[in-house]
Amino acid sequence: MPYSLDFSVVIERLPELLLACLATIGLAIAGMSLATVIGLLGVVARRSHLPALRAVVIGFVEVIRNTPFLVQIFFIFFALPQFGIRLNPTVTAIVALGLNGGAYAIEIIRGGVDAIPKGQVEAGLALGLHRAQILRHIILKPALRAVYPSLTSQFVMLTLTTSVCTSIAAYELTSVAQKIEADTFRSFEVYFSITVLYLIISSLMMGVFAVISRMFFSYPVK
Amino acid sequence: MASIGPNELFFLMQGLKWTLALTAIGFVGGGVFGLLVALARVAESAVLRNATVAYIAIFQGTPLLMQLFVVYYGVALLGIDIDAWIAVAIAFTLHASAFLGEIWRGGIQAVPKGQTEAAKALGLHYVSIMKDVVLPQALKISLPATIGFLVQLIKGTSLAAIVGFVELSRAGQIVSNQTYRPLMVFAIVGLIYFLICWPLSLWGARKEKRLQTAAR
Repeated sequence: MPYSLDFSVVIERLPELLLACLATIGLAIAGMSLATVIGLLGVVARRSHLPALRAVVIGFVEVIRNTPFLVQIFFIFFALPQFGIRLNPTVTAIVALGLNGGAYAIEIIRGGVDAIPKGQVEAGLALGLHRAQILRHIILKPALRAVYPSLTSQFVMLTLTTSVCTSIAAYELTSVAQKIEADTFRSFEVYFSITVLYLIISSLMMGVFAVISRMFFSYPVK
Repeated sequence: MASIGPNELFFLMQGLKWTLALTAIGFVGGGVFGLLVALARVAESAVLRNATVAYIAIFQGTPLLMQLFVVYYGVALLGIDIDAWIAVAIAFTLHASAFLGEIWRGGIQAVPKGQTEAAKALGLHYVSIMKDVVLPQALKISLPATIGFLVQLIKGTSLAAIVGFVELSRAGQIVSNQTYRPLMVFAIVGLIYFLICWPLSLWGARKEKRLQTAAR
């Protein structure tokens, strides 16, 4: 008997799926925020005068970037309880996404900061700006503007990575899809529809990033 | 609590074998199709260009895990009776072809236009222009990004674990469940991935630095 596609199960449970989309977007935003904080702190630590601190940051970046996200999230979820650190799936997902995205953010932002000519910082000092002002206006703003495209495409990837959080049964789109699949056995229909939903989410995200770029970074360079 | 002995390590190595095999199939298959995607992406026909733009956008805009699920169940729907690992390998090949296609498109477009024009003026035909003039330079330019994607692909094969395929990560999960030593097991699994990916990353970074110096 040939298989006939039946998308009615997906339509029936669309409200559930849309709610799960919001959960996915929420996870992504939380992960991105944590990643940005880790990225900025990491860059500052990476430029510190303490060799040990620099080494820790370099080690963190290399370990995260050269191991799969799945192993990282398993490690946090299953191994950390041995040290008495027990996090629920959602918190684990946010921490894992934040650490993973943070390592990439450190590398990306560092590239932008390194590209700032030293003369600009010296000019700032000569004008009597204090350290925080120099960091904010002379280093961070132009650096973030320069790395904005790579940073945001990394964030879109982070959004797509949230799907892996289903492996620890965190509440998000993929885990809800797996539940619906188990109820209905309509595997292809369910996953195909979810894929379309992810495509919409990532396109929306790119649109929002483009708008933000126009709002904050559209001042003339020269 | 059971300990992690030679049997467990052997089991992990069996998983590693599949991780490497999946990576190799995905990279080679993705390389062949990716080349076609890259060529179609810079082709003169607008239809071909737009089709590849959409193809790349779909693979870059959806999670790799979903691509695995859709291909895995899609192949079954078509009534083709194949092993699970072939379905997974097809998914990785398609995924890699989109990403490598986009990387190499960048490389092809970075080759100065004068090169193609000169080759045309010399009377070379399309195959010869691409094979002898443009692609060798394009691949050199895109080598760092290609190595970067290879690392991403190695890590990506871990997602086959969620589909139920026993590669390194899934093997680690199984051993962890049997021995109740998740800390030790996932540390070992992570270390194995790291030992494979890190040298590649360093190699890619070195190539990139050399390319930047040469361009200056």
